[in-house]
Amino acid sequence: MLARLGFPLGLLLLAALTSLVIALGVGSAQLSPAQIWQVVLGNLGYIGQDEGNALARTMVLELRLPRALSAFAVGGLLAVAGALMQVLLRNPLADPYVLGLSGGASIGALAAMLAGLGGLAISGSAFGGALFSTFLVFGLAHGSGSWTPSRLLLTGVVVAAGWGAVITLMLALSPAERLPGMLYWLMGDLSYARAPWPPLLLLLATCVVLMPLGRSLNVLARGPQQAAALGVAVRPLEWCIYIVASLLTAAAVTTAGSIGFVGLVVPHMLRLLLGNDQRLILPACALAGGTLLVLADTLARTMIAPEQLPVGVITALLGVPTFLFLLYRSR
Amino acid sequence: MSRLVTQDLIINVPERSDGTALNITIEPGQVWGVLGPNGAGKTTLLHTLAGLNAPRSGQVLLGGQPLETLSRRQVAQMLGVVFQERLDGFPATVLETALIGRHPYLSPWQMEGAADYAQAEAALERLDVAHLRDRLVSTLSGGERQRVAMATVLTQAPSIWLADEPTNHLDLHHQSAVMALMAQQAAQGSAVMMCLHDLNLAARWCDHLLLLYPNGDACWGTRDSMLVPSALERLYQQRLAVVEVEGAPVFVPIKE
Repeated sequence: MLARLGFPLGLLLLAALTSLVIALGVGSAQLSPAQIWQVVLGNLGYIGQDEGNALARTMVLELRLPRALSAFAVGGLLAVAGALMQVLLRNPLADPYVLGLSGGASIGALAAMLAGLGGLAISGSAFGGALFSTFLVFGLAHGSGSWTPSRLLLTGVVVAAGWGAVITLMLALSPAERLPGMLYWLMGDLSYARAPWPPLLLLLATCVVLMPLGRSLNVLARGPQQAAALGVAVRPLEWCIYIVASLLTAAAVTTAGSIGFVGLVVPHMLRLLLGNDQRLILPACALAGGTLLVLADTLARTMIAPEQLPVGVITALLGVPTFLFLLYRSR
Repeated sequence: MSRLVTQDLIINVPERSDGTALNITIEPGQVWGVLGPNGAGKTTLLHTLAGLNAPRSGQVLLGGQPLETLSRRQVAQMLGVVFQERLDGFPATVLETALIGRHPYLSPWQMEGAADYAQAEAALERLDVAHLRDRLVSTLSGGERQRVAMATVLTQAPSIWLADEPTNHLDLHHQSAVMALMAQQAAQGSAVMMCLHDLNLAARWCDHLLLLYPNGDACWGTRDSMLVPSALERLYQQRLAVVEVEGAPVFVPIKE
């Protein structure tokens, strides 16, 4: 059993570390893995620091590392949130953004930008918008007592469409000089992500909290009645999943804007490869989602360097064909 | 061994008058059959007994305690449900499906051990689906899926079985095999209650019967006291002919 979990997770961990090394090495000035290793050792105080390494040190520790770690955290958060939403809605095609979360977050962020606020205010406003949208969708779908997955999904889709219209309206009304920043945020952008630790710690904490719930989630995936008959307290568990998934998405959106397809494609691909045991899928999603976004972000900042592309464009360009292919093949 | 008792139980079938309050005791060793036409509330009754539906009034006692005071986990350690309808959102293999029957007994951090696997595989063997263990449930036939569902509850090893039409989709041989399994569970000290559409299976394998009428009326008792042709004709609104085969009555609908 442990071997069954350990082998794929070990491979994914290796892939994650490799992606981080690539992200640290690639850019306007290329660094070899040996140079990166020296910076790491130097920073830990194992070897002395010389002049030649100072530039590499600044580049790695102050520019590339925070950005790469942020990308990893955001990718992991989105993938885990996607996997959770899929169990909650018992629909392998669900996605955290489907429930209108990113729309709410986007409105919050754009409103802050329109008001001329910066940095932290945009993040806080986006977080508030995401949570507001969460409770709006859940409250409306809950309405007259029971909510079914299809009702929740429909409510989310309609609310998301509403947010989409408001976003278009805001863009149409905003002054031209603010538009590029707003558009970049809407497409997902990691260039302002400088504080990787809060989302990384959230990701780690979530994995630890979810591990003991994994088997209950497996049972819940077979339907609420079957789960209740097998001893799962269904309603509290569903609330827990919904709140955790919303928090994770809100944290991800706050860090990097709205990035699509990670939450949809990563869990789906892992399920095809590894089966449906949530105890394996959830940590695997954290690792694979992180790896994917680190690589996508590295592409985004190097493809047409010195210009940068929004990372959401890369994930969508990779995600759409991959997903369509998987869907086509699974019929 | 625990028994299942209903006290003045009225199940909540929407837009129906209360009808007869149920005061039933299902003892270990008994096999109960629930008979009634479509929409009489057989499934609702079974779900109410399992604590999945709230009753309109009255209560259900499991092992002497009101059902609502027990946690779902405690209930699941005593009582297993075979559902009539199953949804499979995510693909799962036959062995994985049987193995979730161990869920009520494992602590959150615990992985399924060799003993759990052995129990699940024995259950698959008993239901004649062991050769399908690595197949995806979604690729099985209706009857095979029905037997896998039975194997899941057999893995759960409850002392009270609530089975909703356990012979659904099954061929004749497996219908008999499943009924024999239920009888064997009862002989080993479990209490069994199942909804059945087949009057003759009920007449053959159950020792107690509960007749549910669409208007909420109900009557119950030992098999012999319940298998009265006139009562059954009123239940199904269908005239019946009775013949005797191997000492048991066989009911055949009469062509109008």
